[in-house]
Amino acid sequence: MKVVNEIKIQFPSKSCNESFARVSISAFISMLDPTLDEIADIKTAVSEAVTNSIVHGYKDKLGIVYINAKIYDQNKIMIKIRDKGCGIEDINKAMEPMFTTCTTGERSGLGFAVMESFMDKIKVSSKLGKGTTVTLQKTLRSRRF
Amino acid sequence: MAVKVDINNNILTLYLVGDIDHHTAKEIREIADLNIDTYSPKILIIDFKEVAFMDTSGIGLVMGRYKLIKSLGGEVKIINLSPYLKRIMSLSGLSKLVKIN
Repeated sequence: MKVVNEIKIQFPSKSCNESFARVSISAFISMLDPTLDEIADIKTAVSEAVTNSIVHGYKDKLGIVYINAKIYDQNKIMIKIRDKGCGIEDINKAMEPMFTTCTTGERSGLGFAVMESFMDKIKVSSKLGKGTTVTLQKTLRSRRF
Repeated sequence: MAVKVDINNNILTLYLVGDIDHHTAKEIREIADLNIDTYSPKILIIDFKEVAFMDTSGIGLVMGRYKLIKSLGGEVKIINLSPYLKRIMSLSGLSKLVKIN
C-alpha cells in the first residue's frame, strides 16, 4: 500500500495538549472528506491514546508524546501514538474494559475499549521502562484517492 | 470548557459547554463538587446539550459525581446527549446507574 501523505508531531505531555493532538489529526485527515461520525471516532480514539500517555505513561513527570499519522491509498489511515514513559506491565489486563490503575475513581478504564470500538484495528506494544506505542487504523468510507 | 450552574428546589443543574477530556474534566469536577458540597442537592442534572466533544474522561466524571451524590442520598440524571455522546456512554453501562434522557 502506498503512503499518500504523512505528518509527525511531538509535544510535551501536558494535558492541555490533548485537544491540540486530536484537532491536529482531524485537520490532517480532512483531505479525505471524512464524515462527521468518522471525524468524531478518530478524535475520540486519539484523545484516549494521548491521555493514556500523559496520565499513565509519564504519570507525574513531563515527557514527549510523538504522533505519526499516515494516509495510504484506498482511504486507509494509520496513527501511531508513542511515549517513552513507564510502559505497560500487562497489556491484556490494561485492555480489559473497566480495568484501571487509577485509584481516585475518576478514570473509567474504558480508553482501550473506545479505541477498539471506534477504529478498525488497534495494536499496542510496550516495554517496561521504555514506553508504549499504540497504532490505530481505520479505512474511511469517503472519497478515494 | 465552561460550566453554568443552576440551583432550584434542591435540584442542581450543571450545563456543560465545550470539550470534555482529561484536561477539562478536572475543572468541571472542581466546580461540580464545590456546588454539591455547598447545596447537598437531592437531584443532580448534568446537561450535555452544548458539549462538542467527549472522551471517556466524561464517563469518569459522571461516575465520580454519581458516587458522591449517592453518598448524600441523591440521584443523578443526564440530559441532552447527542447520538455520538450516547455511543460513548453506552460503552460504560452507566445507564444502569443514572437516568439518561
